[in-house]
Amino acid sequence: MLEQLSQNLEHVFKRLRGHGKLSEDNISEAMREVRRALLEADVNYKVVRTFINSVKEQALGSEVLRSITPGQQIVGIIHKELIDLLGGSTAELELSGNPAIILLVGLQGSGKTTTSAKLARSLRKQGRQPLLVACDVYRPAAITQLQVLGKQLDIPVYAEEGNRDVVQIAQAAIRESARYAANVVIVDTAGRLHIDADMMDEVKNLQKALKPAETLFVADAMTGQDAVNAAGTFAEAVTLSGVVLTKMDGDARGGAALSVREVTGTPIKYIGVGEHLDKLEIFHPDRMAGRILGMGDIVSLVEKAQEDIDVEEAARLEEKMLKNTFDLEDFKQQLKQLRSMGPLGDLMGMIPGMKGIKDVDIDEKRLTRIEAIINSMTLVERRRPQILNGSRRKRIASGSGTKVQDVNQLIKQFQSMRKMMKKFGKMNKRQLMKNLPMGF
Amino acid sequence: MLFSATFKKLKQGLSRSRTQLNNRMSKLFTGSVPLTEQMLEEIEETLISADIGVDLSLEIIENLRKNFPLNQVVDMATVVAFLRADLSQRMTSKPGEAEGHEKPYVILVVGVNGTGKTTSIGKLAHHYSKAGKKVLLVAGDTFRAAAIEQLAIWSERSGAELMQKEATDPSAVVFDALQSAKQRGLDVVIIDTAGRLHTQKNLMVELDKIQRVIKKVIPSAPHETVLTIDATTGQNGLIQARQFSQVTPVDHLFLTKLDGTAKGGIAIAIHHNLDIPVKYIGLGEQIEDIQNFDPVSYVEALFQVRETH
Repeated sequence: MLEQLSQNLEHVFKRLRGHGKLSEDNISEAMREVRRALLEADVNYKVVRTFINSVKEQALGSEVLRSITPGQQIVGIIHKELIDLLGGSTAELELSGNPAIILLVGLQGSGKTTTSAKLARSLRKQGRQPLLVACDVYRPAAITQLQVLGKQLDIPVYAEEGNRDVVQIAQAAIRESARYAANVVIVDTAGRLHIDADMMDEVKNLQKALKPAETLFVADAMTGQDAVNAAGTFAEAVTLSGVVLTKMDGDARGGAALSVREVTGTPIKYIGVGEHLDKLEIFHPDRMAGRILGMGDIVSLVEKAQEDIDVEEAARLEEKMLKNTFDLEDFKQQLKQLRSMGPLGDLMGMIPGMKGIKDVDIDEKRLTRIEAIINSMTLVERRRPQILNGSRRKRIASGSGTKVQDVNQLIKQFQSMRKMMKKFGKMNKRQLMKNLPMGF
Repeated sequence: MLFSATFKKLKQGLSRSRTQLNNRMSKLFTGSVPLTEQMLEEIEETLISADIGVDLSLEIIENLRKNFPLNQVVDMATVVAFLRADLSQRMTSKPGEAEGHEKPYVILVVGVNGTGKTTSIGKLAHHYSKAGKKVLLVAGDTFRAAAIEQLAIWSERSGAELMQKEATDPSAVVFDALQSAKQRGLDVVIIDTAGRLHTQKNLMVELDKIQRVIKKVIPSAPHETVLTIDATTGQNGLIQARQFSQVTPVDHLFLTKLDGTAKGGIAIAIHHNLDIPVKYIGLGEQIEDIQNFDPVSYVEALFQVRETH
């Protein structure tokens, strides 16, 4: 996400850092390029103007120009301003009331229904009992969509077939919430145009009647300059408490992220990063700014690892590696854990300095093939790969739909990996660190 | 043409926001005044705010500079006319027509999630049904929850038939649908596909497979591949169009949600850069809210100077 903006800014920064001393002209030129990069990333032109003016004013201050590393100073200023623009600090969801009520609003196709389900899943993970309420009574099959998602997650969905009075539906759901043992009620609403007066009245009435703890504006990260019009009008009509940016995985320019907060005056609380229901992340302005500026996001990577990787299993595998009893079955487990964290390309992007390398196509298919080959082995073969003779290899190849050469290659790789581990096992910790291959 | 009835609604959509957005522009674009650097900047911002993109906006401004010397008095009406002409000239390719093609005429509809594929298909189905054609809708979105149900409702509303199969490979549904359409001599087949981000490689591969299956049954098909682009989309739209084109040649754009305040200028950038013309525009949630796109009226509405409400 945000690759393009990141690349363009990096380009500008490289040149800024190259200058020993910076003249006013250098800075103006750089600011013109930053402006262009932001506009190309769909940041609203008014927001860009304010941003550039603010950075320029600080950059032209005598401290920056006299410093030994003026380029670095300016990058610092932009970093700080970006964090500010993105909302400063991480904003938590406010879940007061029993049940706590969350109302989701937004334009058509912004991803409200999917977000409702993702949010329910995430809250349940935090120990809450969510109830989903289907208040999109207009779009064909919208209610069914929410019901299907609810069923997938095993989270109850309240819907009233045929009733078009959304206030009635939502109020009934809240009354019934105790019966579902729910303490959070998430209300999905129909997508609406901000200039559709009748539909905006509906959402106003909903807010008035429900007094939700959270009213979240769901916005598509791929939105262009119009993001500010829609968001601004929604913010005027109802009291928004936060924003959810969806489809952040679509290499969106993400300009909306930088504009919407500014216009609504409310923080971005979540970002949607994939169609699967676990693809919802808490939004961290500082980390996002870091990512935009190519500084990586190691904090998120570690958190992701903690969430997705079974710690005990990881420790067990490490032990086996050091004792050199690591076999193909263990290798398979390790591969599975790694892949549970999501596409490897996404992970690479979080490592500082790896942004450029991210373009290298990491072949997920190859990993799938390796898994298939191991799956076609018997448990005994996985535990004792040395017994894999020609006929066994042939059987494995046909079983996994690969060629014998592929099987040979995997076994060869595994053997050299084991050899390396043997070396590691004999080293003490300090030697180990020194010898660890980069990026491993 | 559909469009003759129209334009009013498009203008309505594009003008609703005008009160707040274009006040500045109306001021800018009236009377005879010396052309200043600041005015050029404001024109540039106006173009950018329509999502035309930075590159194209700068190109247009450059063009303007060449034709109107700085600091000389100009009639702003001629500047507006110049801008309109410039933009229209970047959208000269004409979309193809269904007429003259064999039966069944196969339309493949693709696009990013939430751009309005299924709704647009409902409108297209209605359009062809109304013209007396026998239409078959194909539920190729086997991924999203309730996508098939949604298409089923549109098939009912439009009077088109529906081919669906629960939880299978979309290519299988497409294969069956085309076989059946061929045998029964149906006129138009419209294929719905799952919304996919152009960055999801496996889904793009799936799309490639759908396309190959179509060709297997009817070698000349798809006769029309339509990419839905949400009018609110920013510069990402250009990448969407480019990436989709690499998998399956895109013939036309369906510019959706043009009844909001978004100007949909990304369509100009797409046409200009990739030579993919807009064929249809979507102007609401009703089945008849579909129009043929007319670049001249569109550009005119984009630079409407004085509004009489």
